[in-house]
Amino acid sequence: MAITTFPVEKIRADFPILKEKIRNKPLVYLDNAATCQKPQAVIDSISYLYSHDYANVHRGVHTLSVRSTDKFEGARTKVKTFINASSEKEIIFVRGATEAINLVAQTYGKANIKEGDEILITAMEHHSNIVPWQMLCEQTGAVLKVAPINRQGELIFAEFEKLLSDKTRMVAVVHMSNALGTINPVKKIIALAHAKNIPVLLDGAQAIPHMAIDVQELDCDFYVFSGHKLYAPSGIGVLYGNQALLDGMPPYQGGGDMIRRVTFAETEYNTLPYKFEAGTPSIADVVGLGAAIDYLNEIGMDRIAVYEAELLAYATEKALRIKGLRIIGEAAEKGAILSFVLDKIHPHDIGTMLDSLGIAVRAGHHCAMPVMDFFEVPATARASFAMYNTKEEIDSLMEGIESLIEVFG
Amino acid sequence: MFDDLRDLYQEVIFDHNRNPRNFRIMDTADRKVDGFNPLCGDRLTLYLKMDGDVIVDASFQGSGCAISTASVSLMTEIVKGKTVQEADELFKKFHEMTTGKEEQINLEAVGKLAVLAGVREYPARVKCATLAWHTLDAALKNEQKAVSTE
Repeated sequence: MAITTFPVEKIRADFPILKEKIRNKPLVYLDNAATCQKPQAVIDSISYLYSHDYANVHRGVHTLSVRSTDKFEGARTKVKTFINASSEKEIIFVRGATEAINLVAQTYGKANIKEGDEILITAMEHHSNIVPWQMLCEQTGAVLKVAPINRQGELIFAEFEKLLSDKTRMVAVVHMSNALGTINPVKKIIALAHAKNIPVLLDGAQAIPHMAIDVQELDCDFYVFSGHKLYAPSGIGVLYGNQALLDGMPPYQGGGDMIRRVTFAETEYNTLPYKFEAGTPSIADVVGLGAAIDYLNEIGMDRIAVYEAELLAYATEKALRIKGLRIIGEAAEKGAILSFVLDKIHPHDIGTMLDSLGIAVRAGHHCAMPVMDFFEVPATARASFAMYNTKEEIDSLMEGIESLIEVFG
Repeated sequence: MFDDLRDLYQEVIFDHNRNPRNFRIMDTADRKVDGFNPLCGDRLTLYLKMDGDVIVDASFQGSGCAISTASVSLMTEIVKGKTVQEADELFKKFHEMTTGKEEQINLEAVGKLAVLAGVREYPARVKCATLAWHTLDAALKNEQKAVSTE
């Protein structure tokens, strides 16, 4: 499919913030790996809920509670279909990918991982897929093992295979790296781990807006993502878990909604997914997530993936022509992220200079300090693309970079 | 193309970024303190040579953005020969210039450091300019612990 057939202008018109002027210049938003902007349909869905349908869910017999619950549970079904889970029971609403990983570490992890056991991650993880496991290791005496990456930013698969030992009790791997763009060979990883009966958690926070996800085809045990990187509101995310595993796990937080019967002597927990959803959930954000999924389904995740791959190829080719620019992350399998450094120009200066041109990029360590250490850079600048970005915006970025190199001389 | 940024990136700042002054390890330093900005990864080590109450030499090592490099480079130039009290007063004036209220600013009182006044308009960058001075403050108080902006 050619780049011109993707209805990017129509999509752009659906995102009101893209009409904003930044420092009197049209906004060029290239910080999508940090968070994505929201289409009008998502914004409206929240406003409509609060204006017409809002009450607490799973509580009352009154009409509004029923309407609110229907919309809330309707969104769960949309998520289930979107990632092809086998049941709504496998879709747990949480605040985001970070909370989902903490949930798995503190429930499945605490129940099944003991002193001397090993947890295997990779050297390209976001802090959110490092720290929860370190905390679990501190609590249990388990050991965190880290599979190394090569200079292209790819997992060294042979090393990963070696580290997968008889002591490994959990494999937790990023599907697509936020700092490098690398897409990991997750099906191979899962097959290898499952051959040893080790469960696999995939951190899908970056992958989810860029490709169609099928958790049954992947055969992963846990898949986590945040709504805000999927054109949905911030503060909502999803833990997908294999039903058999979720059933065997102790609850995460205690409170309302997660119980079936409470006496002072004992409490009987609710069934899935409610067992893991204590307290009033972020109802409107869940509804917004459902609206985002509807919006994406209309466009089609496969078309989005093709369009973004063309954007990345275009940006990479132009970037490589800039003298003094070094791309950090050159994996063969890569999503729409361009992390880079410039000779003698700090990423923070790049960020401020591009901002003065209306171009939003991220400058920093991207919550992946070990990745920065590996490439021996304090930080990188990162342009990350979404389905509403254009080649013209990439041209603006590259012109901006060339000009700032000139200014710094 | 970058007309809007002229107040922030003055030529003096580019100059100090290209050729930082007093950029060296000082083996004979009496005081050595590390400064770190975890948000952007800027790191510096500040060295001071004291003669009683007077800073007789100042130098630094590290890596950072143009604002932070220029700030620490300018600072090492200006504090040489100053007493601890004079340097402390300068620290307070610099802090006021970058973070205080508009009416408090006295650009003449800070001399060459006035080129960094532009960071006031860029809240995300204020810490780049102040890291050097917080590190100096710790060194003057003879604190051994690394300084962090967060």
